[in-house]
Amino acid sequence: MKRNDNTDNSLVREISNEKYKYGFTTDVHTEIMDRGLNEDVIRMISAKKGEPEWLLDFRLKAYNYWLTLEMPKWAHLDIPEIDYQNISYYADPTVKKDGPKSLDEIDPQLMNTFDKLGIPLEERLALSGGVAVDAVMDSVSVKTTFKQTLAEKGIIFCSISEAVREHPDLVKQYLGSVVNYRDNFYAALNSAVFSDGSFVYIPKGVRCPMELSTYFRINAAGTGQFERTLIVADDDSYVSYLEGCTAPMRDENQLHAAIVEIVVLDRAEVKYSTVQNWYPGDENGRGGVYNFVTKRGHLRGVNSKLSWTQVETGSAITWKYPSCVLSGDGSQGEFYSVALTNNYQQADTGTKMIHIGKNTSSTIISKGISAGHSQNSYRGLVRVAKNADGARNYSQCDSLLLGSKCGAHTFPYMDIHNETAIVEHEATTSKISEDQLFYCNQRGIPMEEAIGLIVNGYAKEVLNKLPMEFAVEAQRLLAVSLENTIG
Amino acid sequence: MLKIDNLHASINGKEILKGINLQVNPGEVHAIMGPNGSGKSTMSNVLVGHPAYTVTEGSVIYKGKNLLDMPVEQRSHEGLFLSFQYPVEIPGVSMTNFMRTAINEKRKYLELPPLSPSDFLKLIKSKRDLVKLDSKFMNRSVNEGFSGGEKKRNEIFQMAMLEPSLSILDETDSGLDIDALRIVAEGVNKLKTPETSVIVITHYQRLLDYIKPDIVHVLYQGRIIKTAGPELALELEERGYDWLIKEFEDSQK
Repeated sequence: MKRNDNTDNSLVREISNEKYKYGFTTDVHTEIMDRGLNEDVIRMISAKKGEPEWLLDFRLKAYNYWLTLEMPKWAHLDIPEIDYQNISYYADPTVKKDGPKSLDEIDPQLMNTFDKLGIPLEERLALSGGVAVDAVMDSVSVKTTFKQTLAEKGIIFCSISEAVREHPDLVKQYLGSVVNYRDNFYAALNSAVFSDGSFVYIPKGVRCPMELSTYFRINAAGTGQFERTLIVADDDSYVSYLEGCTAPMRDENQLHAAIVEIVVLDRAEVKYSTVQNWYPGDENGRGGVYNFVTKRGHLRGVNSKLSWTQVETGSAITWKYPSCVLSGDGSQGEFYSVALTNNYQQADTGTKMIHIGKNTSSTIISKGISAGHSQNSYRGLVRVAKNADGARNYSQCDSLLLGSKCGAHTFPYMDIHNETAIVEHEATTSKISEDQLFYCNQRGIPMEEAIGLIVNGYAKEVLNKLPMEFAVEAQRLLAVSLENTIG
Repeated sequence: MLKIDNLHASINGKEILKGINLQVNPGEVHAIMGPNGSGKSTMSNVLVGHPAYTVTEGSVIYKGKNLLDMPVEQRSHEGLFLSFQYPVEIPGVSMTNFMRTAINEKRKYLELPPLSPSDFLKLIKSKRDLVKLDSKFMNRSVNEGFSGGEKKRNEIFQMAMLEPSLSILDETDSGLDIDALRIVAEGVNKLKTPETSVIVITHYQRLLDYIKPDIVHVLYQGRIIKTAGPELALELEERGYDWLIKEFEDSQK
């Protein structure tokens, strides 16, 4: 994955440092597994986590299936050759057996890191309104806050490794039930080597009293991160879940291949929001995270609801289609997305809405923003199965171009097998007009602020879906990510 | 306030302004009239720094500084305001957000702290009444779905908010019915102080019935061919431009 480019331009680095303020590294003793992937590595990961036999079997089956696969080539992406034997699949910055029991036992370096990222791990410092956090660095969950408070309501919120130990039956029941390990190349890889991520279970009739969030941080060099998250919302429950991610600036590319599975039962509702800000690489396209992610929700229950909201500004390459399988009668799926690419970033992102139950409905609002030399694609599938009477879908895909060297592409697929389905699709492509910028400038608003203002206006419909703290951060991110785009 | 000396400007290599001379003193209202294509809008665009135009010759001194050296936003911060002939729509950006950004950028330039939300709301309320815009209007996106009259009233509202020293009204009367015209003109008159100046660009006398000019200029083929008192506007209304143009062309022979 390493690009052989030895030019070390410290000035360029300084400039991009300002733009990507999460690019620092944490100097903490980290136990890193040797590079390479084989059955022994998988056994080692499983042993480190003290996993039961069935999970090791699951991993090995996935690994052997993965060996038969090739990287998918259908996306509108130019992915350099990835040497999967040159990645370390496990890095533990906590290096303590059994995980830390109290704050005192956590390396202050790790606490500082998350403080610096604006993610306080001390409950008394939590964001107003109360947000419980699971903080994951590299392959290990560092800490999960408010576990006790949540447990009083029967809510389980912990790292997936802990869930495997503490709630094996639940994990066994649902793991891989939404995204099978045979789903695709990266899903198979993740199923073989996944490390940490979060596990959420909301019991019947419980409305989760605070936002739950997981913050993913890649720190160690030469490693991949294989997040695995599983959310189960039982009948009549509600949860809003947030996900954030950042990584240091490195010249090499790093792989983040995740699986997120969500199970939504009768009348339950899940809101899943992502602000994805992995290191995007520098302005010459060097470095950056490869973000190859399978996210899917299964709306098994009647009148269940799942809403995906994503703001994608980071990563060198993004391959990601958070989807909804609408099995329950009357279930509703939503996908709201802002994907911004700048410099040499590439994104191929969108959603799948699979209508199976009766009277199901889905909404897709996608806003692509391309700048620099970047390529930004929306790819979406709306499928209505034969028995999905009364299915409805509304899709709106807008693209905004800044400059003339970038690309915006839309690949909407429709696969309709039921005559009663109503499917609507609208698409627009526009450019920020010089007239809009000039109007702002004349009112005293300088160029960069004007671009930020206009882009945020364009993305507003999606940003409004985010919880408050996230919306503010997302707005700032959109503006910062576009600095120096119009000369 | 403003001294334009032998200003030449072009767009796409084509010269539009061919030697403009104009002096505007504090407190004065100047009207610039002229037939279509005479360079009226070009002149206002060049003054506020539209990037499509290139100044090829001449100078513009504004408040003792070289205006042409300043970036567009700095000209604004220094008190230069243009009421656009065709205000653009900015979808998704609320008027509140737009105005707050504009005001605070200016305050930053003047080394003042940002306005507190409550002071900002008070300011909005006082200025909104001036052009009779209702409270819902601040939540709407900038000019999006505004009627022609609302757009022009919005321009004058922004002028009121930014308190410019020199305002250029570019065909503010175009597309306005008589009631909207009166509201807009009254707004401009209320904002007028002995220290502030206005340049009114218009085809017609109509607007000048409400905003009384001290001096009237006629622009033709990129040059000011006649400067006189307010009576000139009335004469133009009656006789058209042809006699003036003929007079000018005869003098050039």
